[in-house]
Amino acid sequence: MEQKALTKVGLIFEKIDPQEVLQKAYKMTSNEIIQAMLDSGLKGRGGAGFPTGLKWKYTAAEKEPDKYIVCNADEGEPGTFKDREILEKVSVKVHGGMAIAGKAIGAKKGIVYLRGEYRYMLPQIMIELSAFHKMIHDIGFDFNIEYRMGSGAYICGEESALFESIEGKRGEPRNKPPYPTVSGVFGKPTSINNVETLVSAMMIINHDAQKFSQYGTKDSRGSKVFSVSGDTPTPGIFELELGMTVQQFVNEFGDGDTKAVQVGGASGFCVPRKKFAETIIGFEGVPTGGSMKLFNSSRSMYNVLHNYLDFFTEESCGQCTPCRVGCQQLLKGIEKVKKHEVKSTYLTELTKLADSMKIAAKCGLGQSVGNAFKSIVGNFREEIIY
Amino acid sequence: MINLTINNQRISVEPGTTVLAAARKLNINIPTLCNHDDLCVAGNCRVCVVEQTGARTLVAACAMPCSEGMDIHTNTLKVRNARKHVIELLLSEHRSDCTKCYKNQNCELQSLANEFAFGDTIFLDLVEDHNYAIDRSSPSFLKDDSKCIRCQRCVRTCDELQYISAIAVANKGAHQKISSFHNKPMSHVVCTNCGQCVNRCPTGALVEKTYIDQVWDAIYDPDKHVVVQTAPAVRIALGEDLGYDPGERVTGKMVNALKQLGFNSVLDTDFTADLTIMEEGTELLVRLKKALVDGDKKISLPMFTSCSPGWIKFIEHKYPEYLPNLSTCKSPQQMFGALAKTFYAQKRNLDPSKVVSVSIMPCTAKKFEADRPEMRASGYKDVDYVLTTRELAVMIKQAGIDFRNLSEVKYDSIMGDSTGAGVIFGATGGVMEAALRTAYEIVTGREVPFKNLNITPVRGMDGVKEATVKIEGCTEDWKFLEGAELKVAIAHGLVNANKIMSRVKKGKANYHFIEIMACPGGCLGGGGQPIPTNAEIRKNRMKAIYSEDEHMVLRKSHQNPEVIAIYKDFLGKPNSKVSHELLHTHYVERDHF
Amino acid sequence: MYQVGNLVKELSEKHGRQRESLMPILQDIVIKHSYLTDEAMVEVAKELDISAAEVYGTASFYTFLDTQARGKYVIRICKTITCSMKGKSDIIHTIEEMLRIRVGETTADNQFSLLETNCIGWCHKAPAILINEMPYTELTPEKVSEIIKDYMQK
Repeated sequence: MEQKALTKVGLIFEKIDPQEVLQKAYKMTSNEIIQAMLDSGLKGRGGAGFPTGLKWKYTAAEKEPDKYIVCNADEGEPGTFKDREILEKVSVKVHGGMAIAGKAIGAKKGIVYLRGEYRYMLPQIMIELSAFHKMIHDIGFDFNIEYRMGSGAYICGEESALFESIEGKRGEPRNKPPYPTVSGVFGKPTSINNVETLVSAMMIINHDAQKFSQYGTKDSRGSKVFSVSGDTPTPGIFELELGMTVQQFVNEFGDGDTKAVQVGGASGFCVPRKKFAETIIGFEGVPTGGSMKLFNSSRSMYNVLHNYLDFFTEESCGQCTPCRVGCQQLLKGIEKVKKHEVKSTYLTELTKLADSMKIAAKCGLGQSVGNAFKSIVGNFREEIIY
Repeated sequence: MINLTINNQRISVEPGTTVLAAARKLNINIPTLCNHDDLCVAGNCRVCVVEQTGARTLVAACAMPCSEGMDIHTNTLKVRNARKHVIELLLSEHRSDCTKCYKNQNCELQSLANEFAFGDTIFLDLVEDHNYAIDRSSPSFLKDDSKCIRCQRCVRTCDELQYISAIAVANKGAHQKISSFHNKPMSHVVCTNCGQCVNRCPTGALVEKTYIDQVWDAIYDPDKHVVVQTAPAVRIALGEDLGYDPGERVTGKMVNALKQLGFNSVLDTDFTADLTIMEEGTELLVRLKKALVDGDKKISLPMFTSCSPGWIKFIEHKYPEYLPNLSTCKSPQQMFGALAKTFYAQKRNLDPSKVVSVSIMPCTAKKFEADRPEMRASGYKDVDYVLTTRELAVMIKQAGIDFRNLSEVKYDSIMGDSTGAGVIFGATGGVMEAALRTAYEIVTGREVPFKNLNITPVRGMDGVKEATVKIEGCTEDWKFLEGAELKVAIAHGLVNANKIMSRVKKGKANYHFIEIMACPGGCLGGGGQPIPTNAEIRKNRMKAIYSEDEHMVLRKSHQNPEVIAIYKDFLGKPNSKVSHELLHTHYVERDHF
Repeated sequence: MYQVGNLVKELSEKHGRQRESLMPILQDIVIKHSYLTDEAMVEVAKELDISAAEVYGTASFYTFLDTQARGKYVIRICKTITCSMKGKSDIIHTIEEMLRIRVGETTADNQFSLLETNCIGWCHKAPAILINEMPYTELTPEKVSEIIKDYMQK
């Protein structure tokens, strides 16, 4: 498998002249913009990794005149904080990415759904947004952005739950199909993109597709912002080229005693020390929305798993059986195993349950609860039992 | 057309058809739970998951539209394992006290458990982790969250069919539940007690409040004279709970069974339905006269029917400014109750305090209605106990009666006579049709100009129906109506009631008379009727109602001999002082939210 | 308990009376009063012409749209993994001692409520808390007691 060295990159936060980039984009046709995205190989930076160019292409193809660009800034995955930093430092690039996307798909309206935990940022962003609006209107864009706030619900990061929330309802994921490109927010064709994806789109227009795609591997093009936390001497935000191994990552960020890395947050995968060298960070290995959490040998992986399951038990929307009840069973199950109230072989039953949750839950988040469970129980079984 | 294969069988379906619907066409059974034919797709329970070749995850058959070339398998190992897990998960959050449960053997979760989750469940009991309490506040039904499996059928029913949303989904994650406004008791919120949620609850989480034991106690009490009345829609649905197909009329057998249960007198709500027509028809004509001839601006038109207690509570909550438009007539149940402890007791020489009046209703809201403080005109509680059609079936089973082999028996007298007009009260449009049959004849002296008296424009399952009847050839007393066009409308299901009401409110409706029934299809689809319910079942019940009407010798309320007699002996004339004391009522404004 | 007065009407004028206005209205009430009273939810239901159960159902989905009485300052301590690893318990202990309340409770003077919450996006600067909407990070018992003292003087 193709592999890259750990390389720090400076695209996302680099200084640019946004007006220049947007003027350039304004002169491009919808097809040219979409082609640039396709050529760059950019995949969604929220974690699911759907090719951005394709998403825009599908939305652009819809006949309905009312379309939306929605920016998913409901960054709730434990261990992820990059979108906050991006919005705090370079909101103009996020808004610029939305305007470019709007041009590409034929949308005049953009909505940023910002998680309630980040409300403190809103006054500053509003000042920046009004300057932004003036700038793009001067260029000629017929495009406007408004902000909608979340109010503390992890599940609203799921795209259709986010639409429900914008519409003033409980953030419960919808049945798919129809997909957002056909029927998204307010039932209109919608392209929903992560904060970082939109910034990448801006950068792709600023340079060109080539500059972006020279980074990374075949399946994971470009660079990515990582949120690094846990047992590390250097926690924070780092933009790195995709395609490195977990080992390379640990060499850079570990404290010398790293026993496991949780890649992709609570819904991601736990990689144990013995698999560091063989595991590539990217869509060909462990995909991630950017959350990288390091655990050293002083940590109990039971506590880690318990914390995650407790999180899911509270943050599941509760509508579908596998997620609502499955999370409770996994949580209560490991508690009983720990207390030796059930046999340790019960973990095998729970693992089968986690498998069912992965294929039977209604939405992507419900389907991913099993990831952490299986990878932690699979690699640290003795820590769960004793 | 879209071509796909399910379990290797090819099928072509219309675009938009779900995998579940396509499978049903092939007679392939996919189990479901949150799905209900009357409601929108939810895709929540995940019991109906199936495997789509090439898909990363299983798909919910109820929510997945068919697409070209789709290859579906409904019974793979993956599907069976996931489905078994889903059912076991549901069982782990459900208080499985099946042998003590009112829904025992009529529970969809139990049926699924029988099919899939045999043996010991592997999962831990989660019921103990929640602090569940049963809400017994409503006189009509119980809400037991410990048996709730969050399928949200009740929530969709209350919203989509009834436009109330007295219950909604609250909280999230493990704490998600079906809740009234801030967990208030159901008796304190906008609930109409219609029981449509009860009809659609797949478990015992929502069930009617039963008064079976109280009724048995009364029957066994030698001091008590127990009279029972049966609503029109009971006779065409009771059979479903006793092994008959939907739409079978069991009137005679039902009367016989009630006698065998030990009721002292088995009487018919149809009698007071006919009486209602006399009172309400007269009230309408009087209102029309005052409004049209006397120019009295205070007269409220259109006039609304008042037979459906779910509708009454709806308008009291949602449109209290229109309470003067409601007919002041009590419902047939309550007219019956008031007469049972006055007229009937006198005639039979009984001490009214010893008379226990029981009604068998297709309705849960009737339990609430009987409890209303206004309903004590006789000096006693006019109707002591209201049982649903389902509860009657339970009593018949408890008594070990061989229902199928019962002979057919006629109602007792007095207050047992009825006409076809009384019978059709059980179907949407029926009250209107009965009223027109009588009112037209009062005004013109001739029968209503429809073949066989069947006023077809007011019949059928359309949510809102309209009709215009031109009045020609009036008798001397009613000359002022000559040439007038009587405009009527009919709605069933409160979502349709709301449609009419918002038009009335906007001044966009110039009706004179509007019939509204709270439940889909009218009383035949009532919240107390046998479970399950769906459009097909309700259609069959409706056919049975009209067939019952056609088979009656008398089909107009004013022909009912006992109705004629009661006016002669007791009431005087329609809308008389005695009538007003016993048969009419008033309404109260309630909180809108 | 606060009196909702004309607030809901004003907010409905500002945000509109469509269903999509529900969240912004509820959020603004919470910004002003920390939580939603039954009266406030009924008023919102009236303005938007939806059922009160729907308003409650929606509000109760969102952690920050509290339907229980809360103090003027709501302290939310992140309990997710990194904050737990980096000394969340000491922070809770310090605040509990200072305010003489437990997690989940409100001070008698209705000034402070203390709650736990899920990941607030400050894992690299754990442990972290929110006081109303303001984040405070890299906390130590000393640092958090200074912060709380400041709020007590407000």
